[in-house]
Amino acid sequence: MILKTRFNLGLVLVVGLLYHSLNAQSFKNYKQDLKGEPFTIDMVAIEGGAYKMGVEKGDKSRGDDEKPIHEVVVDDFWMGKYEITWEQYDAFVYGKFDMGQVESISKLTNLGIDAITGATTPYMDMSFGMGKGPNPAVNMTQYGAIMYCKWLTAKSGVFYRLPTEAEWEYVCKKGKNDEESNVMEIAWYEDNSDGKYQRTGTKKPNSLGIYDMLGNVSEWVLDQYDANYYSKSPKENPWNIPTKLYPRVVRGGSWKDTASKLCCTARHRSRSNWKVRDPQIPKSKWWHTEASFIGFRVVRPKVQPSPEEIKKYWLKAIVDYGLN
Amino acid sequence: MDYTKKNVSRRDFVKGSSLMTGGILLAPSILSSTPLFKNEKVLKIAVVGCGGRGTGAVSQALNADNNVKLVAMADAFEDRLEQSYESLSKMFDASKIDVKPNKKFVGFGSYKKAIDESDVVILTTPPGFRPQHFEYAVAQGKHVFMEKPVATDVVGIKKVLAAAKLAKEKKLNVVVGLQRHYQKNYREAFSKVKNGDIGKIVSGQVYWNGEGVWVNPRQENWTEMEYQMRNWYYFNWICGDHILEQHIHNIDVANWFIGEYPIKAQGMGGREVRKGKDHGQIFDHHFVEFEYPGGAVISSQCRHQQGCLNRVSETFQGTNGSVYTDGGNKAVLKSYSGGDLYTHNGEEDKNPYQVEHDELFASIRTGGYINNAENGAKSTMTAILGRMATYTGKQVTWDEAMNSDHQLVPDENSLNWDMIPPVKPDEFGNYPIPVPGVTKLF
Repeated sequence: MILKTRFNLGLVLVVGLLYHSLNAQSFKNYKQDLKGEPFTIDMVAIEGGAYKMGVEKGDKSRGDDEKPIHEVVVDDFWMGKYEITWEQYDAFVYGKFDMGQVESISKLTNLGIDAITGATTPYMDMSFGMGKGPNPAVNMTQYGAIMYCKWLTAKSGVFYRLPTEAEWEYVCKKGKNDEESNVMEIAWYEDNSDGKYQRTGTKKPNSLGIYDMLGNVSEWVLDQYDANYYSKSPKENPWNIPTKLYPRVVRGGSWKDTASKLCCTARHRSRSNWKVRDPQIPKSKWWHTEASFIGFRVVRPKVQPSPEEIKKYWLKAIVDYGLN
Repeated sequence: MDYTKKNVSRRDFVKGSSLMTGGILLAPSILSSTPLFKNEKVLKIAVVGCGGRGTGAVSQALNADNNVKLVAMADAFEDRLEQSYESLSKMFDASKIDVKPNKKFVGFGSYKKAIDESDVVILTTPPGFRPQHFEYAVAQGKHVFMEKPVATDVVGIKKVLAAAKLAKEKKLNVVVGLQRHYQKNYREAFSKVKNGDIGKIVSGQVYWNGEGVWVNPRQENWTEMEYQMRNWYYFNWICGDHILEQHIHNIDVANWFIGEYPIKAQGMGGREVRKGKDHGQIFDHHFVEFEYPGGAVISSQCRHQQGCLNRVSETFQGTNGSVYTDGGNKAVLKSYSGGDLYTHNGEEDKNPYQVEHDELFASIRTGGYINNAENGAKSTMTAILGRMATYTGKQVTWDEAMNSDHQLVPDENSLNWDMIPPVKPDEFGNYPIPVPGVTKLF
């Protein structure tokens, strides 16, 4: 596997800059402009708060891994209004990784970035003929999605990452996705998707203005999947930091799923057999081959963490030998 | 196979099973005359071509049979060989990866030494070298798994066809990595087509329209030969162009379902978007019309361009209905009267790359006989015929192509790292690109 490190900024010198000045932006919806790219990324301001994560013990219709219900507090953040599209993802996959793409090295240092790595060009058609452009990007690994966020961070100068599982569920519940009586109105799933994903943002948004939270493509979040995590997770901004390649959490259900899987609390997990048709060893760290129902959206915390904190979010790739 | 259900990882399984066979490994001299089809006999594997695919194929071979071990490895490059060895050592118990330092063979011509050590060989170098490797493996009486395509020129095709015949005489098993033949949706669709469910196939469209593959940019300390060998996808003598290296899968399905090989081809192609120096000499698109002896006409499209319609699939029209297939385990047969004849649900289908090895080793163990080599050669030839048509802009018949002495690949044993490869760049680092209407057929 060839690592395409296209530029390396060398040693990271943590200079005494005040990065919290970056947080001066007022807390409202905005469009992230990306120099040189023909698109923007729409971000919706989400006021944080406390909520009940998971489901009540007595709810027999839901899985045990969604229990116990427990109080969680999440900080303010912005969340992508739409799932990341192929147009937006391909800009990263086929991007030119040179210094002209970023403003300054000191800025990157403050974002916990010392190098950007581009994804390898996939051998297969990762859209499986379902269309690219404005359709949601799929089949990327969680590592690929995280490296996309790193690229986005380098290009924009502000910190983007995947949502945590708790943040994702918070937006789903606060946005009343579960209260929609007619799921057809808000989601693409088995009954109406015609066996494929659909253009992002063509169904009704939730009450916070976020589209396709349920259905269309299931979304990567930052967490390791642990069925028992809710009984031990911290109250403040929980994040089950991954240490193993599988399983990790995806949320929201997809074009392939039945309506029962489209809900704010259902926890889905990644599997090694999502790379069955990758004939190489080690298997690609960038691409799955049978995850045409997995995509992602990005978030940006309102208060940007320190460079050291940010670095924790750039999870390292774990070599995949296809063993488990 | 899903071992996780029993909470046993494949690593445990492989290690466990190798322990079970440990007692038998103690007495190889006594067993050396045991026929291969006895399960007690350890099957020794050699791999020639230790890239990601070769490493993957070895792991599938080791998972296909409990009593198999890797004993020798060969690659042009030491770093590729060692990466592969390291990966396999992490995946399998040491008794399965029994490759002594002096059984790692590096450089041009190293294939012979590795093949000599084995009962079964895995040939997974870039395709230009395959004919010579296959010829030697069969001459030495080895069973073979080899990747597609099996050659890049007509001389190579003839070599493979001759070796395929010899393999037949020697009753050697040969599986070719055209894995659609080992994928359930294709097998189901084929059996229904063969059964006449859609009548006789009269036309079809086969596609590999995608966005291209990896590039290995030139590095300063590489000789020209090393550069071409490491960035092999873009050099025809090694790769054969993407109509061959990639699109062969779809063209092969046409041959398989129609049950014939084309008599002629004409087409067009060029290099419109992907034309950097590191993209060597290959085209970024080809469109070919293949005509078959029974009258069927197949349109074949392949493209390596970003931002265009992606499609990788096969569709055929019969006299009574149509069939659609793709690598995503789909198969749909419809009649023209509007009825759905068959829809394949492939969610739980086995990994075709594993099935290839499961069937190969089962056949070796039961004294069976599989020989995909002739079809592998003829489907490779079909793609070469298409490439001849797009490079020249002329119509080209199967017979005139097969009667030619079209040769791109030199004898591997004559190669070294300092010599000038069969294709060389001009003073600006550009390679000769075929020009339709100008490039000669032979």
